[in-house]
Amino acid sequence: MVQEELMGTRAAVNGWFTMDDAPPRLIGTQCLSCDSYYFPPQITSCHNPNCTTDAFKHVELSRRGRLWSYTNACYQPPPPFISPTETFQPFAIAAVELDREKMVILGQVTHSVEVEQLHVGMEMELIVETLFEDDDGPVVVYKWAPIPEKP
Amino acid sequence: MNRDVAIVGVGMHPWGKWGRNFVEYGVAAARAALKDANLTWPDVQFVAGGETIRNGYPGYVAGASISRALGWSGAQIASCYGACATGGQAIATARAHILAGLCDVALVVGADAAPKGFFAPQSGERPDDPDWLRFRLLGATNPTYFALSARRRMAMYGSTANDFAAVKTKNAKHGLHNPNARFRKLYTIEDVTNSPMVADPLRLLDICATSDGGAALVLTSMAYARKHTAAPIRLSAAATVTPVFPSADIEMPEFATDSWVSSPRPDPSFRSSIAQAAYQQAGLGPTDIDLAEVYDLSTALELDWYEHIGLCQAGDAESLLRAGDTSIGGRIPVNPSGGLACFGEAVPAQAIAQACELTWQIRGQAQQRQVDDARVGIAVNQGLFGHASSIIIQK
Repeated sequence: MVQEELMGTRAAVNGWFTMDDAPPRLIGTQCLSCDSYYFPPQITSCHNPNCTTDAFKHVELSRRGRLWSYTNACYQPPPPFISPTETFQPFAIAAVELDREKMVILGQVTHSVEVEQLHVGMEMELIVETLFEDDDGPVVVYKWAPIPEKP
Repeated sequence: MNRDVAIVGVGMHPWGKWGRNFVEYGVAAARAALKDANLTWPDVQFVAGGETIRNGYPGYVAGASISRALGWSGAQIASCYGACATGGQAIATARAHILAGLCDVALVVGADAAPKGFFAPQSGERPDDPDWLRFRLLGATNPTYFALSARRRMAMYGSTANDFAAVKTKNAKHGLHNPNARFRKLYTIEDVTNSPMVADPLRLLDICATSDGGAALVLTSMAYARKHTAAPIRLSAAATVTPVFPSADIEMPEFATDSWVSSPRPDPSFRSSIAQAAYQQAGLGPTDIDLAEVYDLSTALELDWYEHIGLCQAGDAESLLRAGDTSIGGRIPVNPSGGLACFGEAVPAQAIAQACELTWQIRGQAQQRQVDDARVGIAVNQGLFGHASSIIIQK
C-alpha cells in the first residue's frame, strides 16, 4: 500500500504499529532489565519470573521474519470480526518468527495472497492494509505479506 | 506420601444439542454419579462445580446453581474456572479438600449448554481483552490456532491430511456404541478429506463440535471408600500446571509467543509438562499406562498428545497411529470413549467426562469399547489462557 493512502485513515488498534512515511513496523516493548520483547506492547510487569522490573522502552520490531506456520479462515468469524467485503472472502493468517526478537507474531496475510501460495520457512514482511471500512472510511491494521523469492 | 483419593461414583448426561438449561444436565449427571456410588445427595460434604461462561450468572456460580437444584444441603462449595481445563481444576480442588481432611465425600460436577458454531468472545466493545481483539484484528477463531499447530506438524514431521483423517476414523469407531457420545457414526478417510475446509489444513470433520452435556464424579477419602466398597478405583494425580516463561507456542487467545531472548525455551514444553506433573504425582511413567483420554480439539492435536504424554518420541505419533497401537485392541488405546471427535466439547464437563471414561474402563464396565486389562489410565487436556489438567486413575 502506498503510504499516501494511509493519510487520514484510522488504525484498528492504537499504538501497535507505525503509521508514518517510513515502511510500517510493529511497535513492541522491551524490558530494560532482561531484554525480553513484548507484542502487543506492554509496560507493566515483565513476564519473566526472574525479573521484577516495571521499566520498559518502546521499540520498533523487525519488519521481516520467517513463516512459522499459517492457515486461513474459510468461514466468516463471529463478531467483533467485521468483513471488509459484503460477501465474506476467505483470508489467510500467518504466524511469523522474528529472528532478533526471538518470538512468533500472528497477523492476517495480505488479501491478495491465498493459502496455497504460502509455505513454512518463507520470508514475510510487514505491511499495513484495510481491515474493514465503516461510515468514516477505511480502518487499517498490520498484516504479513510474502516477499517474492528470487528465481 | 500416598495422595490417592477414591472414585466411588461416576455419571454423565449424554452429550448432544438438547437446547435445555445446563443445570438440568448437571443435576442428571450428579444423580447418576451418586446412584453409582450408592450414596445420597445429603452425604456430600463438598461440591466442586465447573463454571460455564456462556450461561449467564448461574453459569459463573455453577457449583451453587447445581447444588440449589439438587436442594440446599449445607455442603461447602467451590466454583472453578480454567477454560477447557475447568473440570480438571474442579477435580483437583475436591481432591485437595479430601487430602487435607476437610471432607470425606465430595461431588465434582460440570455441565454446559453450548451455542451453535464458532465460540465467540463475550459481547460488547472490549478492546483491552485479547480474546475480543483476536476476533476483531485477526479474525482468529479457535480452529485458527488448532490449524496453525496442525500445519506446523505437517512441516516438521511430514504428517498428511490422511493421517489426520485416520484419527477421526479411529475415534468414530471407538465411540460408535458409547451411549453418552453425541456422534455415533462411522466415517471413512474420504468422508473426512472431502468435508469442507474450515481452517487449512483442517476440515470440518477434523475439528470438534461444541456440545451440551454434563458429567460428575463422587470422590471420597480412601478410608471412607474402603468401608463402602471392596476395591475402590484410585485417583492418584490431578495436576493443573501453568506454562513456564518463555512460552514459545502460539496459544489462544494470544497475538504472539513470549520472546526467548532472555531465557531458553522451556524443556519440557508446556504441553509435555502437563502429563509429566501427573506422572510425578502418581509415581508412574508412560510405560505404566494402559490407556489414555486426550483432548482432541482437532485430529492433528491428538497426534501431538501422543508425544506430549510420552507414548513416543516427537514425530513418531503417525507411526503409532498407522500401526494401530492407539486403537482399541492395540498396545495403548487412546480415546476409547471416542474423544471429542464423538462428543464435541461441553467445556466445563469435558475433563470430568474423561475421568468417567477412565473409571468405566478400569472397572471393566465399558462394554463394546472395553480396553483389555485396563488398570492405569491418564487423561490430559489444555485450555486457553494457560490452563491445563492431567489426571491418573488406577485400580
